Amino acid sequence: MNHKDASMGPGKGTASGWRKAGKEMWADYQLYIMLLPALAVLIIFKYVPIYGALIAFKDYNLLDGVMGSKWVGLKHFQDLFQSEKFYSVFINTLLINLYKLVFQFPIPIILALMINEVRNVMFKRFSQSVTYLPHFLSWVVVSAIFANLLSPTDGIVNTVLGFFGIDPIMFMSDERFFRSVLVMSSAFRESGWSSIIYLAAIMAVDPQLYEAARMDGASKFRQIWHITLPGIRSVIVFVIMLRLGAALANDLEQVLMFYSPMVYSVGDVLGTYVYRIGLGQMKYSFSTAVNLFQSVIGLILVVIANAVSKKFGERGLW
Amino acid sequence: MHLKSRGETVFEGINSILLCGVIVICLLPLINIAAKSLSSESYVLAGEIFLWPKGFSLNAYDIVLGSRRFWDSFGNTLFITIFGTLINTMLTIFAGYALSRKRLRGQQLFMFLFIFAMLFNGGIIPTYLVVKGIGLLNTLWALVIPGLVAPFQMIIMRLYFYNIPDSMEESAKIDGASNFRILFRIMIPLSMPSIATISLFYAVEYWNSYFDALIYLTNHELFTLQIYLREIIINASSVDINNMELMMNTAQESVRGATVVAVTLPILLVYPFLQKHFVKGVMLGAVKQ
Repeated sequence: MNHKDASMGPGKGTASGWRKAGKEMWADYQLYIMLLPALAVLIIFKYVPIYGALIAFKDYNLLDGVMGSKWVGLKHFQDLFQSEKFYSVFINTLLINLYKLVFQFPIPIILALMINEVRNVMFKRFSQSVTYLPHFLSWVVVSAIFANLLSPTDGIVNTVLGFFGIDPIMFMSDERFFRSVLVMSSAFRESGWSSIIYLAAIMAVDPQLYEAARMDGASKFRQIWHITLPGIRSVIVFVIMLRLGAALANDLEQVLMFYSPMVYSVGDVLGTYVYRIGLGQMKYSFSTAVNLFQSVIGLILVVIANAVSKKFGERGLW
Repeated sequence: MHLKSRGETVFEGINSILLCGVIVICLLPLINIAAKSLSSESYVLAGEIFLWPKGFSLNAYDIVLGSRRFWDSFGNTLFITIFGTLINTMLTIFAGYALSRKRLRGQQLFMFLFIFAMLFNGGIIPTYLVVKGIGLLNTLWALVIPGLVAPFQMIIMRLYFYNIPDSMEESAKIDGASNFRILFRIMIPLSMPSIATISLFYAVEYWNSYFDALIYLTNHELFTLQIYLREIIINASSVDINNMELMMNTAQESVRGATVVAVTLPILLVYPFLQKHFVKGVMLGAVKQ
C-alpha cells in the first residue's frame, strides 16, 4: 500500500513557516474534525489496549488496575516457555497456518485463472457470484454446514464413502482429519473471495503479450506460465505478506467453531488458548503474555517478509 | 478476433466443466442443508435427503420462527448491523477523506497510527478490560463501538478519494465550498461503488459477529443471532418451543438447517443488490494499491 505520499508544507521549521502552517491548518480545521472520531476510537480501542498489554509483565489484579498492579518482570513468559501446553498450542498454530499456506493459498490463484479464461460473460459473472458467496457466511454457519456434510450418520461424505464400503468417519472429532477439515473449510469460505484481487491483477496484464505469444504458437498453459503468473507476481507477494502478518492470529473464530476437547491436542491454537485461559480461567496476565508473544511474532514475520520482498525488487507493504 | 485453434477449444471446454464443479462445491452444501430443513423427520433420519426435500414439511420453520429467542436475537443483530454499518461507514469516509488530502499536516503520523494498529494489537484481555472500564460490558454498543475503526477499509477509501482529480475540488473551493461541503457534494457521489463495498463489508461483519458477543455479553436478552445459532447447533433442544408435539415430530437436523437458513438468508438477500458495486469497488482498491 502506497502511503509515502504525505507532503509537508513549505518552510518547515522557520518561524514564518510555523505561522503559515498554523494558518493553513486553521483553514482546514474541518479536516481535523473529520479525522477526530476515527482517531479517538483508534486510540481508545487499539492503543490503550496496547498499553494495557503491560499486564503481561505484572500480576494483574482487578482492584489495582493496570497501573497499580505489581510488576513481576518476565515471570509469565518464563511460565509460558516452560509449559508443555504452550508448545503444543504454538506448534498447532504454526502447522495449521503452514498447511493453509501450502494447500489453500494456491486455490484462489487457480480459480482466478479459470474464471479469467471463461469467454461467456453470463457464465463468468455467475461463477464469480457463486464463488464469492461462501465468504458471506459466518464461521458459525460454515461449521454447521461442515458438521452436516461430514456427519457420521447422514452426511453426504460418509454416505458416499459408504458406497465404497468405507465405515463412517467422525471427521470433526478425529485427530487425524481435524486439520484437514480446517484447511478445507477455510478454502471453501475464502477461495472465491480471495480470487477477486488476482482477477483484478490479471486484467491489468497487457493483452499484447498474449497476442505475441499466440503468434509464436504458445499453448494456453505456456501463456499462463510465462505471461499471466509473472504478471501478477507482485500481487501474490503482497497477499503472502498480508497473510503472514495475520498468520498466528486469524484462526480464532474458525477453530472455536470447529474444535472440541477430543481434538484439542491437534486443534488448539494460540487464539483459542488465550480465550480459554484468559476469560475462562481469568488468568489475565498469563494469557496476555501469550497474546503478546503472538502479536510480536506476527509483527516480526511481516517486517521480515517486507524486507525480503523489497530485496527482490517488489513493492513492500510500506 | 483470431480464430480459435482446436487446443484452445478443448482448453475452454475443460475449463468450463471444472468451473461447474467448483460452483457445485460452493452451492451443494447450502442446498443440502436447506433441503434437510424442508423435509420430514423420517427421511432426514434415514439420511435420504440430498438436494431435494422429501416429505415436504415446514415444521422446522414453525419451530424456529415461533421462538421468542430467535426474534429477540434477530432484533439485536439488526440493531448492531444497522447502527454499526452506518456509523462505521461514516467514520471511514471522514477519516479516509481527511487523510487523502495532501495538505493535511501530521498525515504521516496519523497513517502510521492506523497501519500499526492493523499489524499489532494489545490482545483480547487488555481490549476486554478497556471495554469493561468504559462500561460497555453487557450493552449492544460493545459490539459496535470498539470495531468502529477498520484501518484496511479506511486505506482503501483513502486511495479512492486520493485518485479523484484535484481539479474537482479546486473548482468547488473557488466557489467557496467548505471541506464538508466538498466531501458531501463531490467526493461521496463520485465514490458510491467504493462506499457500497465498504458498507457491505461492515454489514456482513456485524451480522456475523459472534466472538465479540461471546465475550462482552452475558445477558441472554442481548444475544445475537450467531450466538443463538451456535446454541442450536450444539444442542437443538435449547429452542424454546411452545408446542412439544411439533418438536417431537421434527428431526434436530431439520431444526438446525432451518435456523441456518433463517440466520443467513437476510444477509444473502442484500448481496445481489450490492454485488455489482463491490466487485468494482474491490478491484479498484486492489489494482491501485
